[in-house]
Amino acid sequence: MKVEAKMAMNTDSHSKPNTGADLLVKALIQEKVDTLFGYPGGAVLPIYDAIYRAGDGFEHILTRHEQGAIHAAEGYARVSGKPGVVIATSGPGATNLITGIADAMMDSLPLVIFTGQVASNVIGTDAFQEADVMGITTPITKHNYQVQSISDLPRIVREAFHIASTGRPGPVVVDIPKNISSGPAEEEYESTFYLPGYQPNLKPNPLQVKKLEDALAKAKKPVLLTGAGIIHGNASEELKEFAHHHGIPVTNTLLGLGGYPGNDELFLGMAGMHGTYAANMALYECDLLINIGSRFDDRLTGKLEHFAPNATVAHVDIDPAEIGKNITTHIPIVADSKEALKVLQKHDVESTNHGDWLRHLQEYKQEYPLWYNNPDEKMVPQWLMEKVHEATNGDAVVTTDVGQHQMWAAQYYTFNEPNRWVTSGGLGTMGFGFPAAIGAYLANPEKASVAVVGDGGFQMTMQELSILQEKRYPVKVVIVNNEALGMVRQWQEKFYEERYSESLLHTQPDFVKLSESYNVNALKIESQQHLEEVLPELMQNDEPVVLDCRVLQQENVYPMIAPGKGLHEMIGVKPT
Amino acid sequence: MKRIITATVQNRSGVLNRITGLLQKRQFNIESISVGRTETEGISKMTFVVDVEDFQKLEQLTKQLNKQVDVLKVSDITEKAIVARELALIKVGSNAQQRSEIQGIIEPFRADVIDVSKESLTVQATGKSEKVEALIELLRPYGIKELARTGLTAFQRGQQPQVADLPSSYSLLQ
Ligand SMILES: Cc1ncc(C[n+]2csc(CCOP(=O)(O)OP(=O)(O)O)c2C)c(N)n1
Ligand SMILES: [Mg+2]
Repeated sequence: MKVEAKMAMNTDSHSKPNTGADLLVKALIQEKVDTLFGYPGGAVLPIYDAIYRAGDGFEHILTRHEQGAIHAAEGYARVSGKPGVVIATSGPGATNLITGIADAMMDSLPLVIFTGQVASNVIGTDAFQEADVMGITTPITKHNYQVQSISDLPRIVREAFHIASTGRPGPVVVDIPKNISSGPAEEEYESTFYLPGYQPNLKPNPLQVKKLEDALAKAKKPVLLTGAGIIHGNASEELKEFAHHHGIPVTNTLLGLGGYPGNDELFLGMAGMHGTYAANMALYECDLLINIGSRFDDRLTGKLEHFAPNATVAHVDIDPAEIGKNITTHIPIVADSKEALKVLQKHDVESTNHGDWLRHLQEYKQEYPLWYNNPDEKMVPQWLMEKVHEATNGDAVVTTDVGQHQMWAAQYYTFNEPNRWVTSGGLGTMGFGFPAAIGAYLANPEKASVAVVGDGGFQMTMQELSILQEKRYPVKVVIVNNEALGMVRQWQEKFYEERYSESLLHTQPDFVKLSESYNVNALKIESQQHLEEVLPELMQNDEPVVLDCRVLQQENVYPMIAPGKGLHEMIGVKPT
Repeated sequence: MKRIITATVQNRSGVLNRITGLLQKRQFNIESISVGRTETEGISKMTFVVDVEDFQKLEQLTKQLNKQVDVLKVSDITEKAIVARELALIKVGSNAQQRSEIQGIIEPFRADVIDVSKESLTVQATGKSEKVEALIELLRPYGIKELARTGLTAFQRGQQPQVADLPSSYSLLQ
């Protein structure tokens, strides 16, 4: 009904842009944007007016905090592969986005963010709701613009989408002074662009590929380490073929999960601080490490001197600056992951002399699997994650917040497909998981969207329950409630002699009543039996739900590489 | 080690901020930066003198600069045949009789006196950084009241020696 009313008001203003904001809307339509996440305010009133007059072309998600909008856009971008689009007003609207912009920068998510700005003639005067958005966002964006003239706007929008979504993706901010969005515009401006300084290289250098093939032919202990670059590059199939052709074992980074099937025989599990013993030992013992699309983050490598100490390191990355940044690299290949794998498939060296290596790793897998102790009645989080996997047939899009539950989700919700896993890795942003699930749902409404969140992090962005209340999106929120900032509690237990400083959350809202006040169905679940009764139905139906799952507080995430230790020094590798 | 890096950039708003911010965020020590327009409209050239630990850090620096959308070209010209100059303005205390003495000092440096007052005079010197530094040291005993330096600006000579001819000590700053 609302939509009809809008359409009726709007018939002719749509086709003929008459303000800068109308030009912006037209440019968004040209970029095939259909979903916007945002929050209005003074400096973006002209933009919101143009959106209103444009009618039902866009689904605009009015989050209840700008942070919610940008995390939702990140979830959308991660699952759809398309840029997430965010609008916020000047000053506080823009500054509320900062965490999400930094998060998207760290995890290479394509976002295009439009911030309102005070009118050009008062910029620099500390005008009402003025913030130096260019200054603040420069270090945390792939690129940013402040629009100086209406005629530049269409070109800048095109550039912004291009830069955000090509090469190594990332967030791009477009700061639009109010006089630009409200000022009169002509119908057409030149929007072709030329970016001589921005020409991402996609094709691998044949010489380097040859080097890698030679190394592969000789290698006795090769291993593939793959990250989100496989998912961005849409290269899962190629990766699988390559790994199978040569029989190379594969491990993923946290962000790379799903890029290689978790149930594949060559898969070693996730690597890194809470990775599997087999994966980390493979990285430690290998003689050839082929990294495709991951950036040797410190949570992955552990102490650098113990990282792949005897290996020839090959690194395929679309961002040349990642190669050689943390780890000395012998075979640098600047390329798109898919392009590189395609070339590697073609030339086909044979490398079959590592049967012993595979058997050796298989032994590690059998000897040191992920483990947990399961009590009879009470729930432990690891078990809970397995049940969520079962109830969703392992085919949900799972988003997480940050903390212990995030690691358990990574360990126990086996991902067999790409674009099913949405987590904040680089920045580790609490408050990410729930809004990201809303964006993930919009990107792929066919799949169940499950937000696995902690009781701490959920409280950072839970106001977005309003969206479920309003839109009835069937997002399933699983609160792994350990009445604690669990990851902090774990570190305090292990490294600060159990001094639980400010990490226990015995005072909590009643999450059930809270959700119900948003007209969202909710349950408190305290036993395994109860969970098994209700979960399959709740995960499959078309309604949103919040499950306050009470789990044992003292559970810790294992195995673990303690800070400052090497890959081979994991603790908690065997049941206690 | 000290390196001279040049970057050609598109003169879009924010580019200077982006580049200096990047150097700061990645903890590169900048000794000097100079920026100015080039022969091409809309294109500026930046010259940095940086102090980096090793070649890996240096590679990171050039890669990070190159990664910026508005950066067109980055060159490490330290080992190249280059012309490199900076300009310094040096105000030294001097009375009438010291003036001619100072003249005598600056003459071999081909520096000029560009301002004179009762108690001071201002010298303008251009040249390689070592030359400028040497002059400053010679003037120091007179009391330096004010000193301003532009930082180095540089580019490659029209003709580059063959790689084999390049004496290893040729580098300007190493
Ligand atoms: C915004 C933000 N603040 C603080 C932290 C530090 N931190 C990391 S994990 C964690 C605990 C999270 O608690 P909870 O959401 O309950 O998850 P749990 O670890 O208990 O599963 C904290 C405080 C963070 N990652 N992000
Ligand atoms: Mg918790």
